[in-house]
Amino acid sequence: MRRFLQRHVSQVALSPSLALIAIFLYGFIAYTAAVSTTNSKAFPRFDNFVGLEQYWRLFHTPRWHVAFTNMFLFGGLFLLVTISLGLLIAILIDQRIRAESFFRSIVMYPMAMSFVVTGIIWQWLLNPTLGIEVMVHQLGFESFRLDWLTNPNTVIWALVVAAFWQGCGLVMALFLAGLRGIDEDIWKAAAVDGIPAWRVYVFIVIPMLAPVFLTVVVLLSLSIVRAFDLVVALTNGGPGVSSDLPSVFMFDMAFRRTNLGLSAASAVVMLGTVLAILIPYLYVETRERA
Amino acid sequence: MSTSTDAMPRAQRAGWLTPRRAKAILKRGVLYLLLAIVAFFFAGPLYILLSTSFKTMPEIQAGGLMSLPHEPTTQAWVTAWGEACIGITCGGLKGYFGNSMIMAVPAVLISVMIGAINGYALAKWPFPGARFVFAALVAGNFVPFQVVLAPVSVTLRTLGLFGSVEGLILIHVIYGIPITTMLFRNFFLSVPNDLIKAARIDGAGFFWIFFRIVLPLSPSVIVVALILQFTGIWNDFLFAVSFSNPSSAPMTVALNNLVNSNFGVKEYNVHMAATVIAAAPTLILYILLGRYFLRGMTAGAVKG
Repeated sequence: MRRFLQRHVSQVALSPSLALIAIFLYGFIAYTAAVSTTNSKAFPRFDNFVGLEQYWRLFHTPRWHVAFTNMFLFGGLFLLVTISLGLLIAILIDQRIRAESFFRSIVMYPMAMSFVVTGIIWQWLLNPTLGIEVMVHQLGFESFRLDWLTNPNTVIWALVVAAFWQGCGLVMALFLAGLRGIDEDIWKAAAVDGIPAWRVYVFIVIPMLAPVFLTVVVLLSLSIVRAFDLVVALTNGGPGVSSDLPSVFMFDMAFRRTNLGLSAASAVVMLGTVLAILIPYLYVETRERA
Repeated sequence: MSTSTDAMPRAQRAGWLTPRRAKAILKRGVLYLLLAIVAFFFAGPLYILLSTSFKTMPEIQAGGLMSLPHEPTTQAWVTAWGEACIGITCGGLKGYFGNSMIMAVPAVLISVMIGAINGYALAKWPFPGARFVFAALVAGNFVPFQVVLAPVSVTLRTLGLFGSVEGLILIHVIYGIPITTMLFRNFFLSVPNDLIKAARIDGAGFFWIFFRIVLPLSPSVIVVALILQFTGIWNDFLFAVSFSNPSSAPMTVALNNLVNSNFGVKEYNVHMAATVIAAAPTLILYILLGRYFLRGMTAGAVKG
């Protein structure tokens, strides 16, 4: 026994973790997938198999449609805003500016804040009777309106701006690291040829950052699928259900509406969305390394 | 694309405002203007949060979002910490701050310890199938935790840990394994194998090498892992709101209940003070250890 332990000490050290992950991750995913094929209400039951009916119901639930569409709408806007502005800010900071670390820290500190804190801050700033709207009125622009939080058509922008504020720092840092990794000689050669800086960025530097773009898109996409706290704290899905996301729908069905079967189906769809993002990414990554 | 002012020959500097020079100055001016706008956008909310927390309610209702408090008062802070009503109890945030601390500290220490041992075993004591084990553990980083919420809830009830701080610690430790393992394994790959081999020839064992050789070589990755886990666990809302009850709720849940409850008059100054209190621990970590913080966030960005 002692000799066995000594010879396989590495496996023995890993086995508790592996067992926990096997149960709490893979086992529980299978469990949720199983629940999604049942008609479970408040408690999971396995004696009422309904096949894929919950998935059929899910995609015929108007609220899920809103949530699922919002994920792509919010996701698309968030990716667009965060990547373009994150890159722009990284380029600005990369201009051999004074007080560089000061500017970097200011862009990055919101990363330390939770989404709950972020949501509350922006709920306050976007409050039409106390926040930015009133501030702009007092500056003399009386007709200014910032009603994102109360307008179902624009509430998604509230989520985008708050998520951008929190997440831009990481994206900026990744792009800045990418920019710093680019060979100085490219800039020297471009200067000798008299090529304007913006053209060097557009035609040479940004294409060279393609791997960073890929990483950023995958990281942000994973966070979009999981987005939950921000919505709860900022809009709580409202007005109505106009800013609902799949995670909020899932939570509501599981813990408030006691509809575990439907909730499990929505969770499995979320996992499926993650896999749809991840598998092509891993495929590209491993093929490049091979 | 630094402008060429530094490299400009002396002759040109004599004629001060040449067109080229003027263009360079203008470019720099625009650059710093843009940076000022960026800084305002990111720093403004924190400033407003802080200044509002020292104002009185009448002053807040009078407007002046950006103004400094006329008569700074710490009343809102006192209320937020010790008197504000959260749900049906009116003891402020202090109890929940305590809940978050007694949850986060053990959960962080245990999960970092487990991750370090796992990472060391995978990187330095490889065995057939080690790569598969690594992949199986690390895949957990990508899973949206919504997919395990219901079974975790059932398990915690079965174990009698539902609604307790211990239950939250257990869950954070388990779901912290993928990220800490990945972080340590990737770092330990860079520790020279010769060191390990030499020690093994001298008869040193798995744990002796771990504690005497590998860990002393890795203070930076330990700091990164501690920051990453503390930030993640302190800021967690999904597990907290799913598995806690009013007496064991961590800060994030209490803060959300305080601010987003529909009862009574909204005391915005108290809300702002409460928000600062909730954000303070991780913000202080960021200010003190920003460099490590960034490394942790980059590594941890994949996880849920």
